[in-house]
Amino acid sequence: MRTRTARLVAVTAVTALALTACSVGGGGEEPGDGDTGAADDTGAATGGSETAGGGGGGGSTGPIDIWYSNNPEEIEWAEQVIEAWNGDNPDQEVSAQELPAGDSSEEVIRAAITAGNAPCLVYNTAPAAVPSFQEQQGLVALSEFEDGASFVEERVGDLAAQYASTDGDFYQIPWKANPVMLLYNKALFEQAGLDPEDPPLGTYDEFLETSRTLVENSDAEAAIYPSPSAEFFQPWFDYYPWFAAESGGDQLVVDGEPQVATEASVAVGEVWRTIYDEGLAPREAAQGDSFADGISAMNSAGPWAVAVYADLDWGVVPPPTSSGTDESWTFSDAKSVGLYTACENRQTAWDFAKFSMSEDNDRLLLETTGQLPLRTGVTEIYADWFEENPDYQPFADQLERIVEVPVVPSSIEVWQTFRDAWSSSVIFGEEDVQPAFEQANTAIGDLIAEG
Amino acid sequence: MTTADAATGGTDTRRPWWRRVFGKHPIGYLFAGPYVLFWLALFAWPLYLAVYMSFRDWFFAAPGAVVDRPFVGLANYTDVLSDPAVHRAALNVAIFILINVPLTVIVSLVLAAALNQVLPLRGFFRTAYYVPYVTASVAMIAVWLFLFSNGGMVNQVLGPLAPDPSWLVNRYWAMPMIALFATWKQLGFYVLLYLAAMQGISETLYEAAEVDGAGPLRKFWSVTVPGVRSATALVVVLATIVGANFFTEPYLLTGGGGPNGASVSPVLLMYRAGIEQGDAGWAAALGVMLAVVVMALSAVNRFFLEDRE
Repeated sequence: MRTRTARLVAVTAVTALALTACSVGGGGEEPGDGDTGAADDTGAATGGSETAGGGGGGGSTGPIDIWYSNNPEEIEWAEQVIEAWNGDNPDQEVSAQELPAGDSSEEVIRAAITAGNAPCLVYNTAPAAVPSFQEQQGLVALSEFEDGASFVEERVGDLAAQYASTDGDFYQIPWKANPVMLLYNKALFEQAGLDPEDPPLGTYDEFLETSRTLVENSDAEAAIYPSPSAEFFQPWFDYYPWFAAESGGDQLVVDGEPQVATEASVAVGEVWRTIYDEGLAPREAAQGDSFADGISAMNSAGPWAVAVYADLDWGVVPPPTSSGTDESWTFSDAKSVGLYTACENRQTAWDFAKFSMSEDNDRLLLETTGQLPLRTGVTEIYADWFEENPDYQPFADQLERIVEVPVVPSSIEVWQTFRDAWSSSVIFGEEDVQPAFEQANTAIGDLIAEG
Repeated sequence: MTTADAATGGTDTRRPWWRRVFGKHPIGYLFAGPYVLFWLALFAWPLYLAVYMSFRDWFFAAPGAVVDRPFVGLANYTDVLSDPAVHRAALNVAIFILINVPLTVIVSLVLAAALNQVLPLRGFFRTAYYVPYVTASVAMIAVWLFLFSNGGMVNQVLGPLAPDPSWLVNRYWAMPMIALFATWKQLGFYVLLYLAAMQGISETLYEAAEVDGAGPLRKFWSVTVPGVRSATALVVVLATIVGANFFTEPYLLTGGGGPNGASVSPVLLMYRAGIEQGDAGWAAALGVMLAVVVMALSAVNRFFLEDRE
């Protein structure tokens, strides 16, 4: 019996070795590949050898595949753009599908990069995820194309610098923006005895007083209801728009230095701490859309809200600041297009990306989705459209003063570190804001320094 | 060596090689083969990879990418062990297991004993207890949020007795609520295990107990409980493994391990570090430690609970 067991173990071991051999032959993720250096890898995969920063000359042409977002408006836009492209370029056909389902699109894209089956282009690549996709060598540097950098710079002007990676290259093409502003429910403001056409929301004091009035004198249970959950991206809808406004357009990281403990940042933390302490914002996640349901009187949202809240009578103002300003800044909530290294026909991918961001296709994006193309002069180029759709005008005007998330190493970990400090000190009030932010500032500085 | 052994040894060398390797019934290996391959590909190989990754500064990269993943020795393990979030997660696992495991064993055993009797609507109740188990966690969590949120049904009933802050954002109640949710959700499966085990208890034991004057409670305690001892060992081991790996509940029920990390779990931390932040080496180190602890706990449970006849 013992002899047979030994034989069985031997057979199993041989099978395991065979399996291992098969697996190692399949890609660069196995032990021994990553750490032994280039010798194993240079010839392993054409895609790999032409990855970020390599190549030159752009690559070949031919059929490509792309992923786009799964909301009906963007699907409609993508289908029209692809149909137009395929009609003119039958030898460079674009196949498209919605982003596969997952907890987040970043997670899906990261898995696809690792598996080597990412598409050529992903519309809706989050700028915050770009550094980690870049580290994975999943993104193509736009310097691979002669007009790569110039296209981005011409498209977004001075904002281009905010989309450049730390090596100075671009690994994303800025596509669209949804500047985050403060929406308010006019009916609830009126019920509370507040002027719905000119609400006092310019300064922190005004915001707090207005919020107290709303909770006391209207049907709203909360003045504002941002998600209190711990995900890394939640600061983009409570803290970051207010920080951008208070700091006059600073990013979270300026010249490699985190800004979490600055006076502006702590001021934002303190006012939100008051909002939570006074019960003006709940500490529990909302069931459904609290703004649409009339549970909260205000909401942080971008121009997508125009269509979503079509049944509500709402107004919109920029995020407040401590002393009030006529030219308030905010977070862009922008999305980029990423060109991925798994793509064989990169020249076609690049040409299609530029085609999809032409002036006409950006107009189509505006018309079908209500989301703003991230390009200079939007309000002038599409003035006629904004005249017909005035609800979008305040968001478009805000495009002149938007701030992107910093494109720094460990970007997601940076935001998670900040969110943990925010949860602890601002939402749940378990420590003071100033020391919590100082601690987070040091931790974020270390993360950036480690690269 | 006996004569018989010697004879067997003699014939062994004359048998064909495949007979010597695979024995008299090679078809058995054919049947077991697919599962062995499945196990190697989806359990053994990933486990080996996890251990390997845990000793390196590892992140996932595109196939063929030239990346540096240096050997870092025990650095990932020391980082994990010194992380306050991990300490909190370990405490949460302990709270979860302390509530979930005994409650699961007691409630599912009692329910199974009741459902094993000839009762009206027995089929309905058996199905009813099983429904939460086969329903998606996301849907069940939506029901619990409706029940236990600040303005939820439970607080409406409790009125001034409701905790403040409410259940799911209360740092003292968040973990017990998660443990209760998991117990309720998994109950149907464990009831089924106990029901199956109860079919193996001989009716004569109950008759003998009756002859000795035992009432229903005595029969339950002295016949049913010892009769399902093997099932209890299985339930405890499975509940411990499930408990140590809880993820969906803090991810969805308490908004990502809230309030302020009070319900964070090791697997949630692994997800954040490995999947969201790309620090797969750290996540792998935590995973390896979790696997070792779970195996040790399971071994202890088996030692104390399994029949050793």
